[in-house]
Amino acid sequence: MNMDLMTNLMPASPEIFLLVMTCVILIADSLIKQSGRLITYMLVQLTLMVCALITVGTHQNGVAHVFHNMFVDDLMSDVLKLLTYLSVSMMLVYSRQYLTVRDLFSGEFMVLTLFATLGMMVMISANHFITLYLGLELLSLSLYAAVALQRDSAIATEAAMKYFILGALASGLLLYGMSMLYGATGSLQLDAVSRSIHSGTANNTLLVFGLVFVVSGLAFKLGVVPFHMWLPDVYHGAPTAMTMLIGSAPKLAAFAFVSRLLVTGLQPLVQHWSGMLIILAIASMALGNITAIAQTNLKRMLAYSTIAHMGFLLLGFISGDQEGYGSAMFYAVVYVLMTLGSFGMIMMLSRVGFEADNLSDFKGLNQRSPWLAFLMLLLMFSMAGVPPTVGFYAKFSVLNAVVQSGHVWLAVVAVLFSLIGAFYYLRIVKLMYFDAPESHEPIIFGQDTTLLMSLNGVGLLLLGLLPGTLMSVCAVSVQQSLLLH
Amino acid sequence: MNFEAIVFYMFAALIVFAALGVITARNPVHAVLFLVLAFISSAGIWLLLEAEFLAIALVLVYVGAVMVLFLFVVMMLDINLVRLREGFWRWLPFGAGLAGLMAFEMIWVLGSEKSAGSAVAVRHAADYSNTKVLGRLLYTEYVYPFEIAAVILLVAMVAAIALTLRRRKDAKSQVVADQIAVKKADRLRIVPMKSARNDQ
Repeated sequence: MNMDLMTNLMPASPEIFLLVMTCVILIADSLIKQSGRLITYMLVQLTLMVCALITVGTHQNGVAHVFHNMFVDDLMSDVLKLLTYLSVSMMLVYSRQYLTVRDLFSGEFMVLTLFATLGMMVMISANHFITLYLGLELLSLSLYAAVALQRDSAIATEAAMKYFILGALASGLLLYGMSMLYGATGSLQLDAVSRSIHSGTANNTLLVFGLVFVVSGLAFKLGVVPFHMWLPDVYHGAPTAMTMLIGSAPKLAAFAFVSRLLVTGLQPLVQHWSGMLIILAIASMALGNITAIAQTNLKRMLAYSTIAHMGFLLLGFISGDQEGYGSAMFYAVVYVLMTLGSFGMIMMLSRVGFEADNLSDFKGLNQRSPWLAFLMLLLMFSMAGVPPTVGFYAKFSVLNAVVQSGHVWLAVVAVLFSLIGAFYYLRIVKLMYFDAPESHEPIIFGQDTTLLMSLNGVGLLLLGLLPGTLMSVCAVSVQQSLLLH
Repeated sequence: MNFEAIVFYMFAALIVFAALGVITARNPVHAVLFLVLAFISSAGIWLLLEAEFLAIALVLVYVGAVMVLFLFVVMMLDINLVRLREGFWRWLPFGAGLAGLMAFEMIWVLGSEKSAGSAVAVRHAADYSNTKVLGRLLYTEYVYPFEIAAVILLVAMVAAIALTLRRRKDAKSQVVADQIAVKKADRLRIVPMKSARNDQ
């Protein structure tokens, strides 16, 4: 009995530790007197670090199913969890100064961030419709609250409201679809659903009917066209640190969500859902890239670029083989690194009472700070997919998988829209290097932020020069974790 | 058609009627009351499925607590009905067209095959306790999602407090500790005065 309990709890120990620490921090933050929430901040960073150690320490080869097959521990979940800790930790470093001067760096913010992290981990390790859904709700609820934390700002409140209402609608769609799939297959467990569909006993009409709702719900959460309306308003309206929180690590969880649901659960329906994903991907790349050109606000522009990137990410799934899923995972990881860097840059250039979120704020950045301008150049090159940076390899591997699966026309369309997208990324480079600065305010920030930003920017270049390791990690973890029938 | 089927169709019709009422009622208070009717009818259907505990929980929690709270909020808010109705007719053709299209598609897809949803509910013996089965499942097989649901409630609590607790700098409040620790010298000042008798 005791052994049984231990084998059940071991794979979930990072989650359990994180939950316990979050509750400890919640209480400690309200009891300890401190200046600038430094102790809370250190505790949070320490928690994430220990979580990473536990995740590495409890790693075992093969796939472990525990908690009555509701929880799955495999290589993909471990890799994605480690990257999630990393990106949440980076997010906190970037946003500390920005939030402190705005009086938003509170214990609640950090606790909500940890709860969101827990939600992502639950999603990453889910093997059951209910755990998938509960993880998603845990993540979303924390994010809604984090966006609304700046109560005096009308625009942030509006963003939180839109995010909340549309998120609830998406959850409804998802649940409706899941209930249809349950009705057709008689199981809520992902691999059992897959087996039931594979054996041909399930009612196909009902399955496809449920699938439409599930894919719509997923599209809402990913923010791909035509379910993208919330995304620009939320990215623009939320304080930049919260935008970074929404835009970074949750995309890794979203990748896990899509792969668990569509690949582990619904792989036998691949010819149905890949058709839907093709439409979503093309529409997102078209609308995202073209609308981004017209934006003058950088956060809004990055929101539309997110829509385009998510469309590109979905392209990795349509090939329906492990190579495609591996390239999608690589793309998600690279995208998260680029997003962290570019929102971090906005926060570094902002100061008390001033948001550097307009394109014109980047004019002449090269004269004010050549190193930052160079890092931003790397970030933008990577976003656009210019060769020496890793963004190129991410796009290349997805396109490779698309071509190998026989959709050459789709690859051509994707390249065309990426070319359109390159225009607005390179426009920022032009503004930084060839325009005169509008303000000569000194850029002040902590050393930790500078170091992290340098690592982030140069990392994108180094990963671009040596993409092999990360790419093979993604490929191997997908191969070991997403078993095809 | 047996008695059970008649009861089922009655409740089902009530739910549809009440749900339509929720979205078409002019007065928000009426809409909330329609929602209460929908919940009670759903509870009736759950009773038919021998899920007594869930049915009672639905009535107690949703109708008894959540909807009453909702009713309070709706009655307290000053909702301008004219502004709410603004643009109703302008968007009606678009919305109705979309809804009609979706309804048509759903009927077309689901109606084309007869086999969909023909499962028969399992009957249990008289001593079967739905509550016991539910409780056992919740604490054994579903313990992991059960715990996550608890965490979600904790997040809701943290979020609600973080969003509504506003410490005002100009607010006046009592400091009980200081009040108790007060000494005579803090409050009482003895002013020496000449007595009236000395004047004489």
